[in-house]
Amino acid sequence: MAKPPLSSAALRDRFGPHLQHEPPGGFEERGRYPADRLVKTHCCFCGQQCGIQLKVRGNEVIGFEPWEEFPFNRGMLCPKGVKRYLQGGHPDRLLDPLLRTDAGFRTATWEESLDLTVRRLREIQARHGRDAVAVYGGASLTTEKSYLVGKLARVALRTRHVDYNGRLCMVSAGTAYKMAFGVDRSPNPWSDIPLADVILVAGANVAECAPITTDYIWRSRDRGGKLIVIDPRMTPITRNADLYLPVRPGTDVVLMMGLLHVVLRDGLEDRSFIEAHTSGFDAVAASVKPWTPQATAEVTGVPPESIEKAAKWFGEAERAFAMHARGIEHQSKGVENVLSVINLALATGNIGREGAGCVMITGQGNGQGGREHGQKCDQLPGQRSIADPAARRHVAKVWGIEEEDLPGAGLTAVEIMESIHRGEIKGLLSICFNPLVSLPDSNFTREALERLEFFGVIDFFLSETAQHADVVLAGSLQEEDEGVVCTAEGRVVHVRKAVDPPGRARADSEILCDIARRLGPADKFPYRSPKEIFEELREASRGGVADYAGITYDRLDSSMGLFWPCPAETHPGTPRLFEGGKFFHADGRARFVVTENRPSGDPVGPEFPVYLTTGRVVSQYLSGTQTRRIGPLVDQFPQPRVEIHPRLADSLGIADRDWVTVTTRRDAITLRAWRVRTIRPDTVFVAYHWPGRRSINRLTHRTLDPRSKIPEFKVSACHIRRADGPPEWAAEEGASADAYPLGVT
Amino acid sequence: MHGYEFYVDPSRCIGCRACENACSECDTHPGHPMITVEYLDRENSIATVPTVCMHCENPTCAQVCPSDAIKKTPDGVVQSALKPRCVACNNCVIACPFGVPKMKSKFQLMMKCDMCYDRTSAGKRPMCATVCPSQALSYVNPREIGRRRETPVNTFRFGRQTVTTKVFLMAPEPSTEVAVDVVDYMWERKP
Repeated sequence: MAKPPLSSAALRDRFGPHLQHEPPGGFEERGRYPADRLVKTHCCFCGQQCGIQLKVRGNEVIGFEPWEEFPFNRGMLCPKGVKRYLQGGHPDRLLDPLLRTDAGFRTATWEESLDLTVRRLREIQARHGRDAVAVYGGASLTTEKSYLVGKLARVALRTRHVDYNGRLCMVSAGTAYKMAFGVDRSPNPWSDIPLADVILVAGANVAECAPITTDYIWRSRDRGGKLIVIDPRMTPITRNADLYLPVRPGTDVVLMMGLLHVVLRDGLEDRSFIEAHTSGFDAVAASVKPWTPQATAEVTGVPPESIEKAAKWFGEAERAFAMHARGIEHQSKGVENVLSVINLALATGNIGREGAGCVMITGQGNGQGGREHGQKCDQLPGQRSIADPAARRHVAKVWGIEEEDLPGAGLTAVEIMESIHRGEIKGLLSICFNPLVSLPDSNFTREALERLEFFGVIDFFLSETAQHADVVLAGSLQEEDEGVVCTAEGRVVHVRKAVDPPGRARADSEILCDIARRLGPADKFPYRSPKEIFEELREASRGGVADYAGITYDRLDSSMGLFWPCPAETHPGTPRLFEGGKFFHADGRARFVVTENRPSGDPVGPEFPVYLTTGRVVSQYLSGTQTRRIGPLVDQFPQPRVEIHPRLADSLGIADRDWVTVTTRRDAITLRAWRVRTIRPDTVFVAYHWPGRRSINRLTHRTLDPRSKIPEFKVSACHIRRADGPPEWAAEEGASADAYPLGVT
Repeated sequence: MHGYEFYVDPSRCIGCRACENACSECDTHPGHPMITVEYLDRENSIATVPTVCMHCENPTCAQVCPSDAIKKTPDGVVQSALKPRCVACNNCVIACPFGVPKMKSKFQLMMKCDMCYDRTSAGKRPMCATVCPSQALSYVNPREIGRRRETPVNTFRFGRQTVTTKVFLMAPEPSTEVAVDVVDYMWERKP
């Protein structure tokens, strides 16, 4: 039903990605007609949410200027932040709503497009039940938009199936933190990092995925702090690691249990903290007993002496700090991996103190705020459980509906796609999500999209997923709508509107409201501005875990952001959680949770003997919908490559730059090899930002963590062969297929 | 920012190219960064190094210029060649011991970093040192740099030539062991 209506070449010709290298009108025009104002706001990309000033001329963003007063990044930016302004005036930008026809897409009026969207969703629900329609949201949306996505699904569509692309990002960490601490937020502000004596980084490519955090780590080293890096690859921060543990993919939980084994064996635990502030320690202590350094080395590939040293450093430090990201979380035991890090922090009393703690490095722009207020399938605003009767009553009252009309928990993002594939969910409304590139097993995703009876998308560019849509509603870039986001630190900040959407494109928040009003009941969506949405959100969150009741736009504007929980307008916010050992569970105690080692959902074996792991590069963001259109960022890393150790490459007769075919139990793709000694010889790495025949997610698998339902992107089994020649996609890409990453010869 | 100095610390560099991208935004040379980031040897290491003009006290580029096109400001900043004088001969490009000046054929002109004279003269930090997320490029007070592990140096010997520079390079602490291959850090079962 919903196959792309044009060939990929025709779609590309009309909708891109084209590369924009210069601001609207070109550099010369910018030189002649400089900006007429600077707008203090935040970067649209990752969860660091760096402060940035956008240079605006008329209704166009034409450049940037550092914002040195914003305390988190003090003017620092990564290349994505520097060049983000090049989305403005982009030739690929959708300026009108689009409707699919047999001959392609035609532009349409808002009236026609919104009517069609609402009519088709209602028809499907009338025929197949309310839950035959699902809603996808995204964690790059402002918190107001995220809140609207949840409310639209539950109040207007009354479907239980609403989930978001954070399901591919923060849910393992979130689930583990809720289990251990009773709250899903990084406990420490980033200003604690330079104060740490030992920093342990587990599965986090800090330099490329959270570049600003690098300086925080280096400042700890300036004070004499030690850095321990756990990763199958030497990522750029490893150049200053005092200890590098090259863990075998998928064995992180064993390594962390091995570290805790040594801590307990040597009596380095903090007994008084454990007794006063935690429960469940004895069971965890028993569970790590078998993981001697030797046993741990056998499984993880990390030398026993390195395990001894890391445990000793972490255990003996006055202030130790653990940081983790998708490397340990994108696994079928992602939650247990995180719990095992938390167990180490709790056992050594490294939590809730200045310079001591454990934090998750949130990935997406609003990765934190986007999951707090109701677009997650099992949560209501305020990080409340949708299964909690009191929470349901509170939110139903704020929304002016009966509690029994509020749907229960629905399916998660990957499960929604599986339900579509089975033909159960037949209609989908999606915003800020490009599942064809970002979900695992993309051939399966494509089949599912083709089975949809109706697919509506809100987006600013025609993403690869949107090419399958029946209706594309031309939405807004981050700088074209106002709202708040919550950073990796738990700091709520104000994203200011810099310009109006171009053409007939409209602000996402208005589009969501219009759809909701047409679906009805219209009086439940009376907002005239994002601020009015935020005012309701404050009430919906009041008394919840993520309590925003005391946060106002005015307070955010007169400060550099506020950390939640912030229950009253006189409350200063909470930069550091758990001070004095007080946790969010009813008894105030943190929980040790027993973890166990389980095999990957896609185990290596004789036929597929090599680990495949995936991730990001510094110049691209997520599925590349935005960054694959920004010329300098594409030039920096033009095409995906297979990082392969010379030992493995030699055994397969593979030279640098050879075309190689990587095959898993799902599919095969052909990319150029990149020989580097900075990866384990039993593992290859490919970044995931690209679509089509260059998409590594054709090869990844849909095994989910049983608790968080995150897919296992970081561990697949593959084999590699030298290819006979270039793949078909190389001809389509032209010279770019042969280009090196910048600086590589 | 009186008293601030420019420090380059390659050991902090993460190769992200925020500096290059930001430098190329300057309206005097848009699209052409005056700073470069290079991998030392990507097959063997993730190490990268930024190269920026060191602003020599007695600049070799100016010494070898046949048309006296390269000038130094009173505060020690060596500037790009003056357009009316530069004959695009490439002497400076070849002679610079740090490999900094670039011939921009589009402009028929030698161009190089002038330490963001427009910014520093207005009390701002140079653009690259402002955005650098690892502070491999820092424009700070010498007291602040004194807290780091590394030591600032600004005297360099190239054969018989000794060069003193306005910009400091951070020299790392001595180390007893260097390993770059992941295999060197792994535990493997003996066959």
